[in-house]
Amino acid sequence: MLEALEGSAAIARAVARCRPGVVAAYPITPQTHIVENISKLVADGKLQTELVSVESEFSAASVALGASAAGSRAYTASSSQGILLMTEVLFNISGMRLPVVLTCANRAIGAPINIWNDHSDSMAVRDCGWIQLHCADNQEAIDTSIQAFRIAEATELPVMVCMDGFILTHTLEPLEIPDQDVVDRYLPPFRFDRMLDPKNPLSLGTLVGPEYFSETRHLAHQALMAATSTIVDTDREWQTLTGRSAGGLLTVEGPENAKIGVLAMGSVVSTFREALDTLKTRKKAKLINLRAFRPLPDQALREACAGLSDLVVVDRALSPGFGGILGGEIKAALSGMAKMPRIHNVAIGLGGRDVPLEMWPRLLDVPTEDGGFRILDLEPAKLGEVP
Amino acid sequence: MIEVRIHGRGGQGNVVAAYLLATAAFETGQHCQAFPSFGAERRGAPVTAYVRIAAQPIRRRCQVANPAFLLVQDAGLLHIPSTLEGLKPGGGILVNSPHSSTELTEEYGRPMVAVPATALAQDILGRPVPNVALLSAFLALTGMMPASALVKALAHRFKGDVLERNTRLIEAATTQVIAGAWQEVAHA
Amino acid sequence: MTQANNDPRARQPRFRGLEAGHRACQGCGEALAARLVTESAGPDVILTNATGCLEVFTTPWPQSAWRVPWLHSLFENSAAIASGVEAALKAQGRRSKVIAMGGDGGTFDIGFQALSGMLERMHNVLYVCYDNEAYMNTGIQRSGSTPHAAMTTTSPPGKERMGKRHLKKDLLSIIAAHHIPYAASASVAYPQDLRRKVRRAMEIDGPTFLLVHSPCPLGWGHDGSETIQVARLAVQTGLFPLVELERGEVASVMPLRQKVPVTEYLKLQGRFRHLFVDSDHRAREEREHLQALADYNMERYGLFGDGDDPFDADGADTVRRGGPARA
Repeated sequence: MLEALEGSAAIARAVARCRPGVVAAYPITPQTHIVENISKLVADGKLQTELVSVESEFSAASVALGASAAGSRAYTASSSQGILLMTEVLFNISGMRLPVVLTCANRAIGAPINIWNDHSDSMAVRDCGWIQLHCADNQEAIDTSIQAFRIAEATELPVMVCMDGFILTHTLEPLEIPDQDVVDRYLPPFRFDRMLDPKNPLSLGTLVGPEYFSETRHLAHQALMAATSTIVDTDREWQTLTGRSAGGLLTVEGPENAKIGVLAMGSVVSTFREALDTLKTRKKAKLINLRAFRPLPDQALREACAGLSDLVVVDRALSPGFGGILGGEIKAALSGMAKMPRIHNVAIGLGGRDVPLEMWPRLLDVPTEDGGFRILDLEPAKLGEVP
Repeated sequence: MIEVRIHGRGGQGNVVAAYLLATAAFETGQHCQAFPSFGAERRGAPVTAYVRIAAQPIRRRCQVANPAFLLVQDAGLLHIPSTLEGLKPGGGILVNSPHSSTELTEEYGRPMVAVPATALAQDILGRPVPNVALLSAFLALTGMMPASALVKALAHRFKGDVLERNTRLIEAATTQVIAGAWQEVAHA
Repeated sequence: MTQANNDPRARQPRFRGLEAGHRACQGCGEALAARLVTESAGPDVILTNATGCLEVFTTPWPQSAWRVPWLHSLFENSAAIASGVEAALKAQGRRSKVIAMGGDGGTFDIGFQALSGMLERMHNVLYVCYDNEAYMNTGIQRSGSTPHAAMTTTSPPGKERMGKRHLKKDLLSIIAAHHIPYAASASVAYPQDLRRKVRRAMEIDGPTFLLVHSPCPLGWGHDGSETIQVARLAVQTGLFPLVELERGEVASVMPLRQKVPVTEYLKLQGRFRHLFVDSDHRAREEREHLQALADYNMERYGLFGDGDDPFDADGADTVRRGGPARA
């Protein structure tokens, strides 16, 4: 049954449906409403969970780590500076193969301090060994959050659900929270073989020297690569149960015979979906919504881009001194293709700059323009003197 | 699709106004979207929120540049040029003000409808929060949905005496404007 | 223009380290506290600021309300960057005073490690914590400083809860355990006392700490015009005692002359509204808890007493009674 809900409130309820044993809460804009809503559910007796209001994000992730190691389904949420503060713990969680789920309400990173949306935060930790899934709209965010627990527990890898801060978290719209019995069928109780237990004492987080470290890293990499099939399967099962897909590894929309492709992640995809359907553009283009960023689905990407002459990769973050992050990764992923499309990489909407419908036709002109990576919606007049 | 921009000051329930309008539309079976243009702002600072209402699912997630309607919760904001920027030609401007529509229209040189929302709220709710009264007047002007939809939306947040007072406020605000005066713009 | 020249305030020789025109809410206790602190500290300072309301409402680029050098980095490191600034000044032989500032979130919680380290290493820094008892900039979430039973968005009352379950962290005791030369609590309701404490701390070459109680009308649920009144009651009920510590020992307290029940303070604030629901037996229990906390403070610090009249900050009362004038 549809309800008009704010994105954050919906995520809180979706997570509550998953019966987490421990939730660690620490506020940071724009994720705060998620933990606030969870707090209210607990205070009203609607959610039985150990809610730990910690003193920093470093501790939030640490609490989730400890809880997961002790055998409880663990969850936390953060953004931006908070994600960075907990980075060390994120590596730790994945290194210990703990199935923690975290919502990253994507926000820019300071300095200069900026509370608005872009993908700098999740991009900055893309090497931490977590599965990273992006959501184009709030319904995808709800469905992906629930799938995340299933994926995490099946792969014993932590999952970061990325949703655009403010644009999704603070938007109210008609959303469906699946019923408890649907989620219970989809998500069995968490059973962790390696859990900390005096009846079966194990040491977690031990020292590994050069003798074995390479092998552990090999296993971590293999586990993430293998997770692509888990991501596909869990989405397919969800679709059978609810009628909704959350986007699998990626989706392709638009005219079959289009030669230009636009690849993007997150809420801009929602805007581009409308533009694709309703704006009359001289050029035809396909829209590729990349949902799984980690693992990066090489094969699926190559298949999606087969036959394209040009691919415009839309970044919501950049690596100073290098260029677009997604752009760099896509170039690497497609480099094995016999006929690789020309890749054009631009960044838009940094630090919350609005991405209007008209950005779609603008992007379709990019292949004809010169130049390497650039910020497409830069306003050069502002580069001059301070107002 | 109808796009509405709501201007107010922090503390006037601007975001709540947007959420209520969207929820009311949802209660009548329409698709809706509401979100704030968020700033790190204090109580009293100008704030903006957006609402979209349509028969189909709404997928665009950008800010509303060309609203069909403007709701202004604080008449003092009319002095700021950006408040009225982008309004579609023939679009409606509804202002919370103790002055008359004629006075406002004359002062700003463009058609405006005035509603004494704060006074009504103070009178019936005992609190000077203009959002519900303003929304009620807006619904009456556009005929977009019945007042009962707004009551349903409020019932998600309030009950008992508070809900009852708000219901009376909605009725009272309806009588302050010419019903259906904006019907054409709303159905354009 | 003549009107401005005739305004006595304009002719007063007060240093404005924090200029007017910033974006704080009406009645913001923190803005007032920061103004009083920087006024007393004077121009030869370098400020560091943790992420939070103060930093946000004073520096929306390209504007800044600060007339002294000011550095903001992250939420958790005001004391650490201040340590770095102090070390550099020492290396360069410069004498400006470093003042590290943070809210309760950035001091009691996420910035605690950095604070403790700075105190342990004995940096010549005055740390000022503006205590509004919650994470206000992100929309009123509980911090370690939030009082027991207070409502915040992450400690909401409901069927299972009566606001924050845990006690307000006794930060001053922890600071005391670092045995620094000087630490004190102050309140925006007692500006003269606050100014005196700032000047005292500024004179000391070594780590000093001030905890300044700063009501937040929005977060505490009272009108902006009631900030001072609310802050005064916090002190007068014993819930926020004003004390001075030297090397870990209590050196002085602001004495209370009357017993003011905590309910006088609590009832003015929306964040304690759930403690006045007659039909809820838990409400009475929590009021009693808070009274017990206040009574404990009074006993522990010996707040009832014959000390100087708290309204007589300059000691005229003492002199009249034949005692020494304060230095």
